[in-house]
Amino acid sequence: MKRRTFVKSLAASAATTALGGFSPLVLAQQKTVKVGVLHSLSGTMAISETVLKDVALMTFEEINAKGGVMGMKIEPVVVDPASNWPLFAEKARQLLTQDKVAATFGCWTSVSRKSVLPVFEELNGLLFYPVQYEGEELSKNVFYTGAAPNQQAIPAVEYLMSKEGGGAKRFVLLGTDYVYPRTTNKILRAFLKSKGVADKDIDEVYTPFGHTDYQTIVANIKKFSAGGKTAVVSTINGDSNVPFYKELGNQGLKATDVPVVAFSVGEEELRGVDTKPLVGHLAAWNYFMSLKNPANDDFRKKWADYAKAKKLPGADRPLTNDPMEATYIGIYMWKQAVEKAKTFDVDKVIAAVGGQTFAAPSGFTVKMDEKNHHLHKPVFIGEVKADGQFNVVWRTKGPIKAQPWSPFIAGNDKKKDEPDGKTKV
Amino acid sequence: MRRLIALVLVLAALFALPAHALDARVVEKLATGDSDEKSEALSALVTEGDARAIPLLEALAEGELQTAGTRVLIVRGDQAVDALTGEKVAPLPAERDDVVANNRLRREVAGALAALRLALPERAARLAAAKTLLESADPAALPLVKQALAKESDADVRAVLESIAASIEIASADQATRIAAIRRLSDAATPGIRQLLGTLVEKRPDGTFAEPDADVRLEAERSLRAIDARLAWGERVGQLFSGISLGSILLLAALGLAITYGLMGVINMAHGELIMIGAYATYLVQNAFRAWLPAYFDWYLLFAVPVAFAVSAAVGAALERLVIRHLYGRPLETLLATWGISLMLIQAMRTLFGAQNVQVENPAWMSGGIAVLPSVVLPYSRVVIVLFAAAVLVAMALALTRTRLGLYVRGVTQNRTMASCVGVPTARVDTWAFALGSGIAGLAGCALSQIGNVGPDLGQAYIIDSFMVVVLGGVGQLAGTVIAALGLGFANKLLEAWSGAVLAKIAVLAFIIVFIQKRPQGLFAARGRSAEA
Repeated sequence: MKRRTFVKSLAASAATTALGGFSPLVLAQQKTVKVGVLHSLSGTMAISETVLKDVALMTFEEINAKGGVMGMKIEPVVVDPASNWPLFAEKARQLLTQDKVAATFGCWTSVSRKSVLPVFEELNGLLFYPVQYEGEELSKNVFYTGAAPNQQAIPAVEYLMSKEGGGAKRFVLLGTDYVYPRTTNKILRAFLKSKGVADKDIDEVYTPFGHTDYQTIVANIKKFSAGGKTAVVSTINGDSNVPFYKELGNQGLKATDVPVVAFSVGEEELRGVDTKPLVGHLAAWNYFMSLKNPANDDFRKKWADYAKAKKLPGADRPLTNDPMEATYIGIYMWKQAVEKAKTFDVDKVIAAVGGQTFAAPSGFTVKMDEKNHHLHKPVFIGEVKADGQFNVVWRTKGPIKAQPWSPFIAGNDKKKDEPDGKTKV
Repeated sequence: MRRLIALVLVLAALFALPAHALDARVVEKLATGDSDEKSEALSALVTEGDARAIPLLEALAEGELQTAGTRVLIVRGDQAVDALTGEKVAPLPAERDDVVANNRLRREVAGALAALRLALPERAARLAAAKTLLESADPAALPLVKQALAKESDADVRAVLESIAASIEIASADQATRIAAIRRLSDAATPGIRQLLGTLVEKRPDGTFAEPDADVRLEAERSLRAIDARLAWGERVGQLFSGISLGSILLLAALGLAITYGLMGVINMAHGELIMIGAYATYLVQNAFRAWLPAYFDWYLLFAVPVAFAVSAAVGAALERLVIRHLYGRPLETLLATWGISLMLIQAMRTLFGAQNVQVENPAWMSGGIAVLPSVVLPYSRVVIVLFAAAVLVAMALALTRTRLGLYVRGVTQNRTMASCVGVPTARVDTWAFALGSGIAGLAGCALSQIGNVGPDLGQAYIIDSFMVVVLGGVGQLAGTVIAALGLGFANKLLEAWSGAVLAKIAVLAFIIVFIQKRPQGLFAARGRSAEA
C-alpha cells in the first residue's frame, strides 16, 4: 500500500512539473478539457507512431503553459492500439464514449484510419490525421494534416523522371500489402501511363506487414533494372524498412544506379539503419528536419529540450520528422478553431477549422482549405545523407492545394471537393 | 556532349602536361553553382586533367565539401583543408554550408573521377576506374580508352578497357566493327551491357525495328542469348542462396525447439521469447562494447554469442525449474502456462527497454557482400549466418551423440523409467536439456539481430515458423528438422520469385496443412517405444 501511494505521489508530482510547474492546488481548481491520443505504442508501427504521441504531449504542454485553450488545460488521454487495426476502433470508441474527448489526434496507417472512421462518424467525433496518405476519402469528422497524393507521390515521381532526378524510364512500385500502397500505386500507374510509360515498364510488388526477408525482392529489382533506367517507389511501412535498406546496401544497389524514393521513411525510420550505403536514396515529404528557417529552429529546439527533459528513448539524438510537424500543426489548428468558435462543440469547431492558417516549421504558412479538410502544403524532395538527415534537392515554390480525389482515378472528376455527409470509403 | 569532349581532352592532358594549380573560378562554380553550372565546372576540371582535382571530387562525392563565405573547404570531422591551396584551415569557420550533391551530380563526379584515375599507378585503382567507366561509357571517350589500352599491361584492366571500347564501337558506322564489338560483349554479364544490347533489338511502337541493319540485329540477338543465359545462371545462384539463407534462419529458430519440443515433448510457446532474449542480450553486449571497448567494437558479436547462449539458457533453466517441471505429462497446461510466460516476457522487455525496436548495428565486416557474378552479390551477414547455423547444428549433433549429457537426454526421452532405474538423475537431465534448447534459441536471437529488427515482438514472428519446421520434419528427429527448414526455405523463395511474397507465405502454410493431414508424423516418423507415447 505504501509503495502504491508513493508511486501515485510520484506520478502526481511528475504531472505537475509536466504541466509547467503549477502548484497542485491551482491545478485542481483549473477546468480541463480531455483530448485523445490514438497512436500505436507497440507492434510493427511503434517505430513510427511513438514519437507522434510524444510530440502531441509536448504540444499540449506548450499550450497549457501559455494558459490552455480558452482558459482550459488540455488533459491528454493516451491509449495504445498496439498496431492492431480492430483495436483502433475499440480504443476510438472508448475515447469518444467513456472519456468524451473534445478531439483526437492519431492513426498512422490508412488501414487504422479506415477502421476508426465509422466510429468517428457514428459518434460525431473529431479526428486529426497527421500522415501522408492515398486520398480517396473525405469525411466531415476528419481533418487530414498530412499530404494527399498530389502533395507527395506525384511530385516525387515527376522528379525521378526529370533530368535532375536521373530520367527514370522504368519503375518498381514496392509496398506493404494494404490500402495505402495499393491505392497510391494505382494512382501512380495511371499517372505514369499518362506520361507514356508502358505497363511492361512498371513492376508492382507487395510484401506482408513486418516482412524481413528482402533478398528476392532486391535481386528482382536488380534484374528489372537491366531493362532500362529504373527507379523504385517505396511505400513500405513500419519497421520492414530497416531490413529492406540493409539488404539494398548489402547487395550493392547504389542510388546512382537505382534510386529509391520512399513515402513513409523519414528521419525516425532511418535511426536503426547504417545510412552510409544509402546516401542518395530519396524521400518526399512536406517537412524535413534539415530545413533551415526560424520556425524550424524553434520547433527542433523545443523537441530536443522536451525529449531530454522526459528522457525519451533516443533523446541523445533528438529527431523531428514530417508527421510530427503535421501533428503539431493539427493541434494548433484545433486550438485556433476552438478559440474562434468559442466552444468545444464538434460541429462548430469543424466549421471553424477551415481557413485557419499556421506558420509551420516547414518555413511556409500553411492553410487549412476552407472546404476539403486538407492542408495546403509545400513539397520537398530530400536525399539521404551519411548522417541520416536529408538534403533538400527539390522544392515547390509554395504550398499547393490537396486533391483528395486524385484525377488519375476514373470517376473522381464527378466527386465533390468537400464532405457531403456520406461516407465514401 | 561538352563533357565528352572534355573527357577526351583530359586524357590528352593527363598524358601530355604536368599538373598545375586548380582554377579558383572553376572550384567556386563547382561549390556554389546550380546543377548545370556544377556540371560545367566538372567538365572544366576534367579538361585540366589535374590529379589534384581527385581529392576535391572525392570530397564532393562523400559530401565533405563545404563553403565558408567564398572559401571552399574539405571538412573531415573537425579537420579542414582549403580545397584550392591544400592548406590547413584552423580554427574552423563557424558559418559553413554543405555543398549539395544530388544523384545526377554524384554520377557525373563518379565518371570524372574514373577518367582521372585511369592514369593512376596502382593497378587496383585503374581497374576500379575502368569498371566505373564501363557502366557509363561515352562515344567521345573512345580515343582515350584506346590510348589507355595501348599503355595498359595488366590483363584484367585490359579486358575491361576492351569491353568499354566495344560498348562504344557498337554505335560506330562500320558494320564489321559493330559486329565484332557485339561479339566481344557476349562475354560480358553485367546488367548494364544487357541494357545496351537490348536497345539494338528493340521494336518501336509502330512495329519496325529501332535498328535497321538486320545482320547487326542477328548478332545482337545471339550475344543477348549468351548474356541472358549467364544472367539466368546468376539468378539461379541467387535464388539458391536466398533459399539456403532463409532455410538457415528457420533452422536456427527451430533447432532449440527441436530439443525442447522434439525430444522432451514440452510444447513451449515461450520459445520465440527465448530467441528475443538472445537478441536483447546481443544488444546489451553491443552497448557495453560501445561504452567501454569502442576500439574492439567490430568484434562484439563474437562475445555476444556466448552471452546470448548463457542468458537464454539461464532463463530457460529457471522456467523449467519453476513452472514446466510441475507440468510434465500435461501438454494442455504446459501450452497455456508457457503462453502466459511468453506474454509476461514480452511485457517485461517492453517495460525494460521500451516498446520501440532497439538498434543493433552490424559490425563493419558484416556489411556489404561478395560479388560472385556481376549480377549476384551475396551479403556477408547472410553468409555468416548460414555458416553459423551449420556450426550450431554440428555442435548440437555432437553434444547429443558424443557427450554424457547427450546420452542421458536420449536415454531419458526414450524411456524415462528405465533411465531412472539405472541411475540417471532424470529431473536434472530435464533441466539441462531444457537449458540447452533455450540457449540455442538465444543463439538464434543473436543471429537474427543482425538481419532483422530487435523488438519485444521479435519472437512472435518466429514461433509459428519454428513449430512448423519441427512438426513438418517429424517430432524428435534432428535430420527431419534440418530437411524441413531447408525445404521450407527453398519452397518459400521459389514461390516468392514466382508469385510474390504474400502469396508465397499463404501457399506454404496451405501446403503444410495438407501435408500434416496426410502424414501427421511428419517427414521422418519417430520409431521405437517412444513413438506410441
